[in-house]
Amino acid sequence: MIRILKQIFRTGIVTEPLPTEIISEVEEVGAKLEEAVRKRFRGSLTIRQVDAGSCNGCELEIHAINNPIYNCERFGVHFTASPRFADMLLVTGPVTHNMEIALRRTYNATPPPKIVVAVGDCGCNGGIFGESYASLGGIDKVIPVNAVIHGCPPTPVALLQGILKAIE
Amino acid sequence: MSVLTDAITSALGTDIQFDKRQYPSSVICCTVPVEKFAEAAWVLKKKAFALLAAEWASDETPFGRGFCVFACYRWGKEYLIVRSELPSDNPQFPSLTRRYIPAYRFERQIQSLMGITPAGHPDARPWIKFEDWPAGAWPLRKSFDASKPLPRVAGEYEWIKAEGEGVYEIPVGPVHAGIIEPGHFRFQAVGEDIINLEERLGYVHKGIEKKFEALSWQDGARLAGRVSGDTTVAHAIAYCMALETMTDCNVPERANWLRAIFLERERIANHLGDIGAICNDAAFAFMLYQMSRLREIVLRTNHKLFGHRFMMDKVIPGGAAVDIDSEGKKEILSELDSISKDFEKLVIIYDESPSLEDRVRDTGILRPELARELCVVGIAARASGLNLDCRIFNPFPPYDQYDLIELGVPVLITGDVHARTWVRIQEVRESIRIIRYMLENLPDGEITSSFTPPSPDMSGFAAVEGWRGEIIYWLQAGPKGEINRCMVRDPSSVNWLGLEQAIPGNIVPDFPLCNKSFNQSYSGHDL
Repeated sequence: MIRILKQIFRTGIVTEPLPTEIISEVEEVGAKLEEAVRKRFRGSLTIRQVDAGSCNGCELEIHAINNPIYNCERFGVHFTASPRFADMLLVTGPVTHNMEIALRRTYNATPPPKIVVAVGDCGCNGGIFGESYASLGGIDKVIPVNAVIHGCPPTPVALLQGILKAIE
Repeated sequence: MSVLTDAITSALGTDIQFDKRQYPSSVICCTVPVEKFAEAAWVLKKKAFALLAAEWASDETPFGRGFCVFACYRWGKEYLIVRSELPSDNPQFPSLTRRYIPAYRFERQIQSLMGITPAGHPDARPWIKFEDWPAGAWPLRKSFDASKPLPRVAGEYEWIKAEGEGVYEIPVGPVHAGIIEPGHFRFQAVGEDIINLEERLGYVHKGIEKKFEALSWQDGARLAGRVSGDTTVAHAIAYCMALETMTDCNVPERANWLRAIFLERERIANHLGDIGAICNDAAFAFMLYQMSRLREIVLRTNHKLFGHRFMMDKVIPGGAAVDIDSEGKKEILSELDSISKDFEKLVIIYDESPSLEDRVRDTGILRPELARELCVVGIAARASGLNLDCRIFNPFPPYDQYDLIELGVPVLITGDVHARTWVRIQEVRESIRIIRYMLENLPDGEITSSFTPPSPDMSGFAAVEGWRGEIIYWLQAGPKGEINRCMVRDPSSVNWLGLEQAIPGNIVPDFPLCNKSFNQSYSGHDL
C-alpha cells in the first residue's frame, strides 16, 4: 500500500494543457463548449462510442482521450456503457454489412436530441476499405451524421477538437 | 530433409509433388491428391507432432485450374504447406477438423467465403458470413462481383443450447459496454458459473482479403497496416516480407533493423496498455492510469520521431519509410530509461497486491495440453507452456543474429490471467533491452531498395511475431503479375478458440478479465 501511495504522490497530476500550437484554438472552443454544455447538456456531455467496423486504430485513440494526460472528463465529457444515456454517438467505420443493423438499433436506442459524430477517414467516407459487398462506406450511408473527425486514426487532440466543434 | 517432409514422404511416397513456385525456399510446399489431404494431416500430427498454423483456399481459375486448398503445418523451426487441387465445379476436400481443432473455424470460413465444402465437417453453420447473406454469395471466388452491395435474405443463426434446471443464457454484444470492437458472446450459466461460452464473430468483416485483389502490390502494404490497427507494424512487415521473398528485392540491413525497432515499440505500447487494462478489469484502476501514462509517452515519441503514433505506413515494400538520426536515438534511449524505471516500480506493486493476485491467479486457465490441441500462438501459447515465438523459431532479420541479440522469451505453464500478464511484463523488459541494443548497433546505409513486382503464379509466405503472436501472410501472384490471393492469418484467428475453451468453469464477472488477458483482435479475425 505504501508503494502505491508513493507512486501516486511521486507521479503527481500529469494532466496537461494541450500542446501550445493549438492551445488558443482549444481555449476558444473550450469557452464556447462550456457554455454549450451548460445550456444544452447541464454541464455534462455523455458519449456512447460505437465501432461499426473499424480496424480498432480509432478505438485506441478514443481510449487515449480518457488517459490521465488528456483526461477528457475535465471538459465535462464522459463515456457511457448504454446508448440510452447518451447525448452523442461517436461512431467509427466503415459501416460493415454485418454491423449495419446493430448500428441502426443503437442509433434508435439513443434518445433525441442526439448528435452523431463520424470518426476517422473510414467513418467519414469508407477510407481504404471504400464501398464493397462487405463495407457500406461512411457512417452517413446508414444514419444521419452531424459532424466528422478526419484522421487515420485521428490523434487524441484532433478527437477533442472534433468533439468540441460538434457541439458548438 | 526436415522432420515434416520426412514424415510426409515416408507415409505418402510417390503421391507427393514438391512445388517450385513457393517462396522462400525454406518453406516447402507439396501437392498431394485431394483424397490424401486428411491423411497427410494425420501423419504430420501423429508422426511429426506438427501444429496446424493455417488452412485456406484459393481460386485459381485465372490460371485455367480449379480451386486449391492449403494447410500450413509448423514444427519447431519448420513450416510445411500441403496443397491439394480441386475441380472448379462442386469442389470439396476432406475436413481436418477431427484431427486438428483449429481447422474447425478455418474450414467454416473456407466454406462460407470460397464455397468449397469440407466433407465430414461436424458443423455446417456459416462463419463470418451471416445468415442473411444470399446462399450463393462466395466473395473470395473470382466470379463474385465485390463492388455491389449484398441483398439481405431471411435466415437465423442456430445457437448451441444448454438445457436443465436453473440454466440461463446471457447474450452480450455486438455493441459492448466499453470502447471496444463488436462481437457477440453467448453464455450459458448456472448461478454465477459459466457452463458454456459460444462466440459469434464476423461483425467487422470488411472484405479485406477480397480488397487486396483489387490493389497494387504497393497499396497492399497500406491495407495490411489496417487489418488490425493495434498491430499495424507487424502486419505490414509480414505482408512486405511475403512479397519480398517472391522478388529479387534485397531489403537493406538498416531497414530490417528499423522495422524491428518499430515492431518492438509496438509490442511495448500494446503490452503497457494491456497490463493496465487487465488490472483495471480486476478493479485495480491505479495500474490502468499509471500504465496508460507510460503508453502515451511511447506513442508521443513515435509521433515526434516517425510521424505517426502507431507508425502506420512506415513499413513499405523494399524497406522502411522513415529513418532515425542520432538525436532520435538519444531521445528513445532516454525515454526507455524513464519508462523502465517507472515500469519496474509498478511491477513490484502488481506483484505485491494480494487483492489483485486473488483475481488474476487461477482465473481463465487454458491448460497446456489443451493449448497445444488448439494450436494457439503468441502470448496465450507462451502463458500455457508452449515455447513458440517466430523471432526465435523462424527468425527474420535482424532476429536471425541470435548470438548478438540473444532474445529471451518467457514461457509459463499455469495458463491463467496472471501468466498472460506476466508474459507481457517480461516481454516489455526484453523489448526495452533489445531496442537499446539495436539503437546502439544500428547498421549504416540505405533504408529502401528498388522493388519489382513478382512474376505470375509465384507465391510467397511470411510469419512474423507481432505483439499478440504469429502473423502469417501468404501471397499469390496472378497471371498478369497482380495480387491473385492474399491470405491473412492474424493470431486472433486461432486464439479466439483458446478464449472460448478457457472460460467454462469461471464465474460470469470474471469474463471481462479473462477476455482482456487474451485481448484478441476482432478486425484481424473477421477481415
